Amino acid sequence: MLQIEDLQVKLGDKEILKHIDLEIHPGETHILFGPNGSGKTSLLMTIMGYPQYKVTAGKIIFKGVDITELPIDERARLGIGMSFQRPPTINGLKTRQMVQLCAKDAVEEETLAKKVNFEGFLDRDVNAGFSGGEIKRSELLQLLAQNPDLMLFDEPESGVDMENISLVGKTIASLLQKGFLDADTKPKMQAKRDRTKMGLIITHTGFILDYVAADKGQVLYDGMLSCVSNPHEILNCVGESGYEECVRCISTIN
Amino acid sequence: MHIDDQLRERAKKAIEKKGAIGPDVNLQEFDDAPVPHSYMADEDLCAMPGEEQKQLIMAGLDVTEKERGGTYFQKDTEVIHCHSQQDGIEVIPIRKALEHHDWIRDYYWKLAAVDADKYTAAAELGLHDGYVIRSLPGSKSIYPVQACLYLDKDGLQQNVHNIIIAEEDSELHIITGCATSPHMKRGVHVGISEFYVKKNAKLTFTMIHNWAEDMMVRPRSVAQVEEGGLFLNNYICMKPVRSLQMYPTTHLVGKDAVARFYSIIVGSPGSEYDLGGRIFLKHPGNRAEIVTRTISNGGDIIARGHLIGEVPDIKAHLECRGLLLNGGLIHAIPELEAHADGVEMSHEAAVGKIAQEEIAYLMSRGLTEDEATATIVRGFLNVDIPGLPPQLKAEIDRAIEESDKDVM
Repeated sequence: MLQIEDLQVKLGDKEILKHIDLEIHPGETHILFGPNGSGKTSLLMTIMGYPQYKVTAGKIIFKGVDITELPIDERARLGIGMSFQRPPTINGLKTRQMVQLCAKDAVEEETLAKKVNFEGFLDRDVNAGFSGGEIKRSELLQLLAQNPDLMLFDEPESGVDMENISLVGKTIASLLQKGFLDADTKPKMQAKRDRTKMGLIITHTGFILDYVAADKGQVLYDGMLSCVSNPHEILNCVGESGYEECVRCISTIN
Repeated sequence: MHIDDQLRERAKKAIEKKGAIGPDVNLQEFDDAPVPHSYMADEDLCAMPGEEQKQLIMAGLDVTEKERGGTYFQKDTEVIHCHSQQDGIEVIPIRKALEHHDWIRDYYWKLAAVDADKYTAAAELGLHDGYVIRSLPGSKSIYPVQACLYLDKDGLQQNVHNIIIAEEDSELHIITGCATSPHMKRGVHVGISEFYVKKNAKLTFTMIHNWAEDMMVRPRSVAQVEEGGLFLNNYICMKPVRSLQMYPTTHLVGKDAVARFYSIIVGSPGSEYDLGGRIFLKHPGNRAEIVTRTISNGGDIIARGHLIGEVPDIKAHLECRGLLLNGGLIHAIPELEAHADGVEMSHEAAVGKIAQEEIAYLMSRGLTEDEATATIVRGFLNVDIPGLPPQLKAEIDRAIEESDKDVM
């Protein structure tokens, strides 16, 4: 389980996350909505442990361990993984080697790459000259090899072309054990008990909801988690009246 | 006056002449008297002590000679092993060539000037030996020829002169290493190399240096590439050296001639490297590329590059990337000189430390900070070299792999 309690974070001098409380239970996937600049990426980077995001108060607990002060690699080894929006290029490191580095045990990189239609990129340097959509597939491929328990996705659909979008959606769903197809093949309660993976997905378009049976939607507005609701409802509300209106409406109800 | 006397006269006049760049070496402090070593048969090579074999392997010399087209092996001042294993490829000690073959006179000191500085002068006046490697017209080297210049005697000044000729339509691959024995500390190596790449020939020359900490190294190289020829020159130096200075020059003298230089340098504390490449593009269709990767662990590295475009329709690129890991100095000096409209010349140079963002990214995949750093450094040194035979690529990879431990 991921538990975030009263988390406050600064980037430089700016307070970017304020009093964040969030719980993600095993088997749950949450969708994170919010306008540009509201702090969504910052929240993911803070959970991953990027040191420039300074935690000034509160704590992050994962699998019962207080990870607030842990370095990135220890969090990764504890089972947290992230699909980045704009990861850096690593010159001279082939994607094939990167896949092996991500995996704890030896993996068949060709087989994994096939799942995200990425076989043709295995011998290219990691992220070198990749388009937006190619980066997303490369990130997914790395997560497939890493197979973490908590997965943080920063806009996994942005830049992905029509041909690959359903592939990306289905791969994320299978990583998170949240595919609609899985639910059909197993008794519902059984499937629910079997799920252990946790997910937190940033999306603007909501496309991911077509593939992933998400449990909750969260709206981050001006550094604050302003509402928890059904992700489809949030998407509709924001689509009709915008974030500001949406947050106000929900605050009133609450 | 006889040609030899003329050369000697010119050399004598230059005996005090300092090099154009780089710290001066006082050659008086070293001994260039011949050191006798007996010739070694194939089986003797394989019976060398393990430690020495290891030094040789690091410099690319495989004593089993498997997957090698020939071997030249010089220890101190003497040739101790030399033969070709392929028809159409000749490997001859240069002293023997000067005695027995008139044709060598068409090449000896024809590109490099004997009176360029005190080092060229010393190589003429006190020549120990060196190799002549030649691929005959139309022949293709199947396996690379290996050449090794080994220093064993402490305080030695080794003077060698090498001539490499790829005749028309031939293909020649050479791996050459310089190494010092494990107990050797101090010495100076003077090496003259003249490269002739003839019409439509291809020459790849991969040099791996493994020096001792107090070695002074002064190579002097000039190459000439004729029409349609390709000269691919790789240089790898990952080990400490007191001072290494070289600035090899290549002349592209026929249309569509191509020269590409790749250098990978790791500079240790107390070491000083001043190296680069200069390529003259003199005919339409000439292409030149100089790519350098340098890492300083506390050593001083000056990486030069000079491209001179003399006619239109040439293309040249210079790339120098440096990483400072632990202090030291990296000084990139890229120069582009265009003498005509219609040249296409570019350079990029970047020197800095490892990007924190890249380390964090790899750490997010579970690597420790040290593992992430090592992975990035290895990637940085992993240069794609088009046209390099796989055995030579493997040698370069091994040199990088071995140096990993030192770099970290």
